[in-house]
Amino acid sequence: MIEKAFQGSKGYWTWIACLLAVIAIGGMFYVQQWNYGLGITGMSRDVSWGLYISQFTFLVGVAAGGLMLVLPYYLHNYKEFGRITILGEFMAIAAVVMCLMFIIADLGQPMRALNVLLHPTPQSMLFWDMVVLNGYLALNLICGWAILHSEYKGVKYSNWVKPFIYLSIPWAISIHTVTAFLYAGLPGRDYWLTAILAPRFLASAFAAGPALLLIIALIIERNTLFRVGQVAKDKLVTIISYAAIINFFFLACEFFSAYYSQYPSKMYTKDYLFFGLEKDGSIFNNLVPYMQASVVIGLIGIAMIFYARSKKSDLLLGISCGLIFLSLWIDKGLGMVLGGFVPNPMGQVTQYYPTIPELGITAAVWATGFLILTILYKVAISVKLEKEL
Amino acid sequence: MYGSGRIIPALIIFVGLMTFPIWYNAGKAQQPPVLVLPTEHTECVRDAQYMRESHMVLLHEWRDDILRKSGPRSGVTASGMQYQRSLQQGCMSCHYDKKNFCDQCHDYTAVVPDCWACHLEPTKEAI
Amino acid sequence: MKKDRRDFLKLAGCAAVAGVGSSTAFHSLLRGEAEAAGLRRAGTKKEKTGVRLGMVIDIQKFLDDQDLARRCIRVCHQIHNVPEFGNPKDEIKWLWTDRFEHVFVKDTHYRQAQHLQGMPVLTLCNHCDNPPCVRACPTKATFKKADGIVGMDYHRCIGCRFCMAACPYGARSFNWRDPRGMDEHGRSFIRELNPDYPARTMGVVEKCNFCSKRLAQGKLPACVEEAAGAEAMFFGDLNDPNSEVSRVLREKFTIQRRPSLGTYPSVFYII
Repeated sequence: MIEKAFQGSKGYWTWIACLLAVIAIGGMFYVQQWNYGLGITGMSRDVSWGLYISQFTFLVGVAAGGLMLVLPYYLHNYKEFGRITILGEFMAIAAVVMCLMFIIADLGQPMRALNVLLHPTPQSMLFWDMVVLNGYLALNLICGWAILHSEYKGVKYSNWVKPFIYLSIPWAISIHTVTAFLYAGLPGRDYWLTAILAPRFLASAFAAGPALLLIIALIIERNTLFRVGQVAKDKLVTIISYAAIINFFFLACEFFSAYYSQYPSKMYTKDYLFFGLEKDGSIFNNLVPYMQASVVIGLIGIAMIFYARSKKSDLLLGISCGLIFLSLWIDKGLGMVLGGFVPNPMGQVTQYYPTIPELGITAAVWATGFLILTILYKVAISVKLEKEL
Repeated sequence: MYGSGRIIPALIIFVGLMTFPIWYNAGKAQQPPVLVLPTEHTECVRDAQYMRESHMVLLHEWRDDILRKSGPRSGVTASGMQYQRSLQQGCMSCHYDKKNFCDQCHDYTAVVPDCWACHLEPTKEAI
Repeated sequence: MKKDRRDFLKLAGCAAVAGVGSSTAFHSLLRGEAEAAGLRRAGTKKEKTGVRLGMVIDIQKFLDDQDLARRCIRVCHQIHNVPEFGNPKDEIKWLWTDRFEHVFVKDTHYRQAQHLQGMPVLTLCNHCDNPPCVRACPTKATFKKADGIVGMDYHRCIGCRFCMAACPYGARSFNWRDPRGMDEHGRSFIRELNPDYPARTMGVVEKCNFCSKRLAQGKLPACVEEAAGAEAMFFGDLNDPNSEVSRVLREKFTIQRRPSLGTYPSVFYII
């Protein structure tokens, strides 16, 4: 089956070459980081997690988002998703691999990473995150590959796959819940210390994951004979828009409880992220334009996605999904983690700016994810087209 | 076999390259290192055989016992010799010639311990 | 059978997982044990047995001797081979001073006594009785010892920095670069190596350990010894009514840093 990935058009190989180039450049930056230490990044004593962990958090959501395609098909027997379910599973594989790479990139002593297994610590949420992420990767590899392979052979998948499919559904919820628990259980970090964090994570995940998938599916439609199908698209629009609306509702709830209660430590980070935080006569607002844009872009995206559906316009659909994805990426892939450190528990403000090597490594991990995604999708689409045509 | 004209020579070259260190060194007996032992003492905390094989196990036991359980920082051998349960202050106080003791064996066995990233080697003055 | 809140939560968690024992947890709530235990815990340690080492810092004494804090920090950082990078981004601190309003976050209290504003207050790891950093660590590289000290094993730390996010006192520092290295002028980050103590390696977290090694030798922590002449710091077993810290805590009004977080700090301040 894998041989399908080695037969492609010129455009396919150009795309692969571009991704490999980005990975190579990032690899060189990682060598620098390896030799110099994490001090090469913009992280500091006060903002001790940066772009790596925020991308990790966001991508856990993208991985969990695949659930929105798997669940209707396998649990509710929603046949229209039959053609794209595999795309959801493969996207989860690429996203989880990216997550693991970001974690490794962020470790001060990556060679000791297996200490987590050597000295298992059930009280630590990071231990559980390691368990659920690796488990989810395995589940999706098993399900995705087994199902596609049976399709390749023209038979129905074997019964032994079924328990894994059903297990992968609650497991998807667990990966993002545990990731939220990394943050939501820390006293003194008031922005994160909210019971609604896991639900918020899930809502944004169920919008961002399918949105990214739909964009990619539309690109595939333009370049191949593969078709998602109008009914499936409409259903995806419903899922994405509802999840995005719930995400913004949760955000509004956070704002209410902070600003109506006037509880100072609940307001600081929101001030810093959305309006600018005043401290000792200076205003700290380096993330404000992004966070405000995130809200505006997200709301425009939601309005537009309904319009796109009524007009049956794939272009508008793609753009609105892009807007929603971008909005959620800013909210979670930027503000969520970085904002939680500002102000620090002593009330001091340190602003964080990523460095060039840090951005290079981040880009390389994303490129690796897209490389895996491209290869897996190439195989999946080739198999599907071979059977259908 | 299809393409056997290329595959078989390629395989031979591959196997040859992979086993290069074996046949390059064949017949040349490597001399085990001769360690410089401390002259002040004749006895270590455990017998030489144990120390040769398991000194890292011992160091890890000391570390975990002292750090986590506030265990004793010194010990006594069967013959009554007092010693510090510490790499930097125990072992190295006798085996201060790191180059001719630790490094000799570690080089020979191609082991690269990272003890010295944190722990301080005895300085020239100490020797 | 007595249960405090943590035990109750553990029980409830197990019950939820098992999905059978919910009635037990519910009965425990009905009897009001969880609530009563929580209130009772507002003291020092849930079990007032065994050793719990702690410290009292008299900040007025540091006001009287403006140089004392600097001397304490210097001796601490010197004997523990703490590097100096000369910038706040890479900074490593075991013992340091911060402004009063940062150490005791004031939020809305803007009418505090003038002399307290900006006053440098000595601060360090609080060796909490209920430490969030120990809970967070995924490898048990940081742990709570029987004597109350929150210890660290630098050999095991993977550098994930979860503990730094978890610590509400900013007591943990990460080795962003090689502490044994040199700056661009060829000056070592560790000015003067203390041969009796190890240094650390790049990529691990470190912090104050209440001078565990000196304690094992029967000495006081270095900072306490330095401040002994000024009677500015006290150290001892909080659970021993005859210890010096217990005496000071009985006689003076003291506060803790952010007690509302439930970390039960072992460092107390006389204001």
